[in-house]
Amino acid sequence: MRTHNDFLQVIPMIRFFRSALLRAVCVLAFATPALANVDIQHWTAANGARVYFVESHVLPILDVQVDFDAGAARDPGGLSGLAGMTHGLLDSGAGGLDEDALAEKLSDLGARLSGSADNDRAGLSLRTLASAREREGALALMRTVLTAPEFPATVLEREKARAIASLREADTKPDQIGAKRFAKALYGDHPYGRSATVESIAAITRDDVLAHYRRHYVASRAVVSIVGDVTREQAEAIALQLTGDLPAGEPLPPIADVTMPKAATERIAHPANQSHIFVGQPVSRRGDPDFFPLQVGNYILGGGGFVSRLTKEVREKRGYAYSVYSYFSPQRQPGPFQIGLQTQRAQAADALKVVDETLATFIANGPTADELKAAKRNLVDGFSLRLDSNRKLLDSLATIGFYGLPLDWLNKFQERVEAVTAAQVKEAFQRRLSADHMVRVIVAGD
Amino acid sequence: MDLRRFSNGIALCGALALTLAAASPARANPYETTLSNGLRVIVKEDHRAPVAMHMVWYRVGAMDEKDGTTGIAHLLEHMMFKGTKKLKPGEFNDIVARAGGNDNAFTSHDYTAYFQRVPAAALPKMIELEADRMRNLVIGDDEFARELKVVMEERRLRTDDQPQAQMHEQLMASAFIAHPYRRPVIGWMNDLEKMRPDDARNWYRLWYAPNNAYVVVVGDVDHKRVFELVKKHYGHMKPVAQPVRKVTAEPPQTGERRIVVKAPAELPQLAMAWKVPKLSDVENDREPYALEVLAGILDGHAASRLPRALVRSSQIAVEVGAYYDSTARGEVTFMLGGTPAKGHTVAELETALRAEVKRIADEGVSAAELERIKTLTVAAQIYKLDSTYVQAMEIGRLEASGYRWQDADRMLEKLRSVTADEVQAVARKYFGDDTLTVAVLDPQPLDPDAKPRAKPAGLRH
Repeated sequence: MRTHNDFLQVIPMIRFFRSALLRAVCVLAFATPALANVDIQHWTAANGARVYFVESHVLPILDVQVDFDAGAARDPGGLSGLAGMTHGLLDSGAGGLDEDALAEKLSDLGARLSGSADNDRAGLSLRTLASAREREGALALMRTVLTAPEFPATVLEREKARAIASLREADTKPDQIGAKRFAKALYGDHPYGRSATVESIAAITRDDVLAHYRRHYVASRAVVSIVGDVTREQAEAIALQLTGDLPAGEPLPPIADVTMPKAATERIAHPANQSHIFVGQPVSRRGDPDFFPLQVGNYILGGGGFVSRLTKEVREKRGYAYSVYSYFSPQRQPGPFQIGLQTQRAQAADALKVVDETLATFIANGPTADELKAAKRNLVDGFSLRLDSNRKLLDSLATIGFYGLPLDWLNKFQERVEAVTAAQVKEAFQRRLSADHMVRVIVAGD
Repeated sequence: MDLRRFSNGIALCGALALTLAAASPARANPYETTLSNGLRVIVKEDHRAPVAMHMVWYRVGAMDEKDGTTGIAHLLEHMMFKGTKKLKPGEFNDIVARAGGNDNAFTSHDYTAYFQRVPAAALPKMIELEADRMRNLVIGDDEFARELKVVMEERRLRTDDQPQAQMHEQLMASAFIAHPYRRPVIGWMNDLEKMRPDDARNWYRLWYAPNNAYVVVVGDVDHKRVFELVKKHYGHMKPVAQPVRKVTAEPPQTGERRIVVKAPAELPQLAMAWKVPKLSDVENDREPYALEVLAGILDGHAASRLPRALVRSSQIAVEVGAYYDSTARGEVTFMLGGTPAKGHTVAELETALRAEVKRIADEGVSAAELERIKTLTVAAQIYKLDSTYVQAMEIGRLEASGYRWQDADRMLEKLRSVTADEVQAVARKYFGDDTLTVAVLDPQPLDPDAKPRAKPAGLRH
């Protein structure tokens, strides 16, 4: 609820820095800094659903997530926003219950049903108490929403109107204008470059929604992640319960390959006080062999919060920006490497120059021995922080499951970070980032 | 009501009672002690994972500022990372990061708080670092000037370029004409422009003392060992005589106030704030608990009334919300707000929102609605145990607002004892015209050729 956030006048000092490093939970008490050991149980259900399970009886709660290959990259041409709309409508009427009845029943059980959708994935998450009545009731509702959504025409029209209102609002905001134009500049006509528009949302019909649902919400491509207070036997039953009624599904074509963009700078006029600056290019996939050198390097460059080179150069030394960051966002097709910051218009050119020099220096010379050591200590010794809640483990399981990462991904994480050398970081950055493909978008620049 | 701040509820019914009994840690947990210099220490042992959440809370925030230096509490928070007699600027963050941790800080009207999330083994170092910067901060002129620029950028990002935030800032400034909540936490830009290093030094000298602070630790720790470490690093500090706090009470509002804020945007917005009581006496107050439940019935979960009636049914709004927090050092309001849907006006939305409150005043609430809020509240107590951050925040915020962490259980019991009649009574009593302030965002077209409206801050290059 946006209004809530506006009403809460608490100012955190700095934005949370996005990081593509997997987070996870370990409920075993181990001595620090020991290697984490997360016991992921994995099987494929009879209907083809892939299941990932971590058993944990420490808290009487259960978290379940079901994901599908149903993200925005599957939007048909001219219907950008269809995947998001379909996903958003799942709980707007299902199995003979209208949206209000579904919401009431969930709340009466103390359960929380939420969803997330991005370029690649769309799915639902449930958090419920593990006690039998609450758990069984909540899972039955989740199953109904996943397997028997009705997509009422009246709700579709209403949600289209809300989406259009929200799009028009977003198109006045410099950060959101910039994010859309940056995706377009990086990916052009590739699905990763498209954004919903007023026209594409207006064009969505109920038949489109039904077709998207039937094609993409299928058992053979369901990834079920389960964390919490149930047994293996119960987890097996839950996975089948949630996906058993779904059709097997037909194979999907692969998402198109990404064409690398030509270096370019795009300036967009806007009356804001600050320029919003985006720099980057498509780089890495999930399962990328360069993942560890790129992530360790990026911690040093702009992912490590206060201690990153970008923060030191742009914020600490010069006071140019409150937030400056970089990240790699690996996806099924090469996701972006992105640098972002916002700075008073008059100094945008100066700030951008500092960013460019910081990036160029890092690519040319790589990290110092001390920077590399500091990065490893944070990522290795701090790994337990990514392992301290069921919620975080669920996120990791879902990512490992959806992208087919190895089951020992979490358990090998620390040793693979430790193994990264300065030469590997430098070599990976030089090979994967190229000035010929570096795209810049500046909103509200003079 | 998704951010309830109650600790482990114990007195429960039915299936949940068994659940909670299993989940409840030993009754002694959390543990607390107070050093002879007044520093309180609260430790909650949670041995799920080898991590520790470490926080130091100062009982000072934007509400303690004076006109002319608004924003100094938050600016000082930034300066706390800029070095001490022992540490160079930036070294604090570097030590935390190398220990495998991450750290941050936040400022509100009521408090200023600092935290590190670290592997449990690194906790002793964190305690040492926080103790050092409680008394040994060095505020250099150049560091101050640079950090002030950062904070000005933060204000541009959070407020000056955010129409909604501008509306909220001006709503608070209009709802409170005397009480310090009228001032934005980040400060007015003009005050930031005039801020001097001595303003920060004076603020630090006045408020940063063991008797104006408390330490909160949640995680895989032994409370006795934490007490020892805190005593070792803070024990030698002398308490600092605290200034008398003179907080201007808001004079009674005797008529409706309305403001309009114009900013480049697409959609209009509405926010309404009524003066209502806060929780002063945990044991004997009733109305604040009833207002909490009212807020939950109106908004806060999928089945609540406002989104159901105004977004889903009548479709007057694309977004609506209610907000009330009974716990605060200062005075509180009950807010309703939202964004009208295309073809509807803010006036229509205002009428519809007020009609929803009036419906409760006239007809009351159902037993099922009341029970739902209580169920969600109890569930939230269990879900909270999945996060050391949420648990530490709950303890810290209660203490900052003038309550004790021990009150949490009582507050939860009290909340669960609210009756339908009590909810109806507060809906009748507090939502008249005379104590209401209304803010409307009047969206202006974006003119790419327009110059920025705000006067650029005088940067000295």
